Amino acid sequence: MRILHYWRAMWGIIGRELLRFVKQRERFISALVRPLLWLFVFAAGFRAALGIAIAPPYETYILYEVYITPGLIGMIQLFNGMQSSLSMVYDREMGSMRILMVAPLPRWFLLFCKLIAGTAVSVLQVYVFLGVAWLYEIEAPLEGYLWVLPALLLSGMMLGALGLLLSSFIKQLENFAGVMNFVIFPMFFMSTALYPLWKIKESSELLHEIARYNPFSQAVELIRFALYNQFNQEAFIYTLSAFVIFMTAAILGYNPSKGMMTRKGGGA
Amino acid sequence: MNSIALSVEDLSFSYSGKKALDKVGFSINPGECTILLGPNGAGKSTLFALITRLYDTRSGRIELSGFDIKKQTRKALAMLGVVFQQTTLDMDLTVMQNLRYHTALHGMRRKVAKQRIQEELERFDMYERRFEKIRQLNGGHRRRVEIARALLHKPSLLLLDEPTVGLDVPSRKAIVEHVHQLVKDGQLSVLWATHLIDEIYPDDHLVVLHQGQVKANGAIPKVLQQTGKESIDEAFFALTQGARV
Repeated sequence: MRILHYWRAMWGIIGRELLRFVKQRERFISALVRPLLWLFVFAAGFRAALGIAIAPPYETYILYEVYITPGLIGMIQLFNGMQSSLSMVYDREMGSMRILMVAPLPRWFLLFCKLIAGTAVSVLQVYVFLGVAWLYEIEAPLEGYLWVLPALLLSGMMLGALGLLLSSFIKQLENFAGVMNFVIFPMFFMSTALYPLWKIKESSELLHEIARYNPFSQAVELIRFALYNQFNQEAFIYTLSAFVIFMTAAILGYNPSKGMMTRKGGGA
Repeated sequence: MNSIALSVEDLSFSYSGKKALDKVGFSINPGECTILLGPNGAGKSTLFALITRLYDTRSGRIELSGFDIKKQTRKALAMLGVVFQQTTLDMDLTVMQNLRYHTALHGMRRKVAKQRIQEELERFDMYERRFEKIRQLNGGHRRRVEIARALLHKPSLLLLDEPTVGLDVPSRKAIVEHVHQLVKDGQLSVLWATHLIDEIYPDDHLVVLHQGQVKANGAIPKVLQQTGKESIDEAFFALTQGARV
């Protein structure tokens, strides 16, 4: 009976998130427009300026648009993860988060479901983006579209967990602007999303080290390899470890006796 | 299982060193409607956050139908229906979708959930409007949906945190009547936080909270006798030394 309770609650949370997503068309369109602008405008402009050498998983010379596509997939998931956490801060301010928190289920499970729901939404967005990119003749091997799914689930969960963690620290919606400047942009720009590691190394050793250890880079590489039917073990272990660390910290952050609630409320 | 719907013992809580609740204690029996009366800042919302486990209980004890909220959190929360002060409905979803979400969180089977949703919405005259978006409903109707939602899993205690704030007089009256009728109908117990004295019925119990302390606790005649006053208004004024409600 208890397992059924968990099962129903999980589908309830995922169903609600998907319903909300479907009803908020602007959110869907903006989530899609952002990476497409990068692909059609930014990448097209840089096509001539940047030469991409042959490096795994690619077996031939590739266009910059092809290189940047996994990075833009990562961008979709990064923004989605942060958007989920933004909506959690909003929900907490507005009160609807309370309905979830007073459900008779362990808090870690409720947060986990929320994370799966957010990831499901981001995977949907990614496939639509890949569809548009395909029409623009940025094609991966056909099986790659299938292999990329588990990679997307893991990277989505890792970035979502980071968002959850941040939402447990942010007390007010206004503080969220800082997340844009101090989390999203540095994570995206100091990664392998836009340039390969060797290219970054040419300009700055420090930047190279940061990009190498940036969990977002690892998530992007996991996606990049999966899209070309290859498994990047290092990126997988790194992304999985980052997920476990972020998720554990987020659960602690939402624990009433250890985290956010204590800081907000103090003790007796 | 304990017969007491809610038991609060020796409960204290502070925000950054400032005491919000100081050794608060009272209990609610099944089928009892208890009004938690206090001026703004008395500690009502803090007490609700502790009963719903949004805050951690560090000093004192809270039990719901005999289940300790700290040690048996899930069993205790399953006994609880809550209507928060701010609306917690999803504005872009329909009445039905909002209620289904709640039944899923409580692990209810689809068939049972459907039946319970129909029962509760009919009781609140909202069944016909089940496919309307929450955004299309007025404040009074939204509140009805929230109360119906809080009752779907048949809790033994219904917590209402100033549910009539911002409503017009007829909506307010309707909700006060509905909730009192619910108590009359069954074994439901209610803890209703308010600062509006006209929401109190003669059969209700009263807990007067002021500056984090319980100033009076019991049936209305008992509180009036204690204070030597003839009306709740006067008794409240005396107990809170004229604090503004």
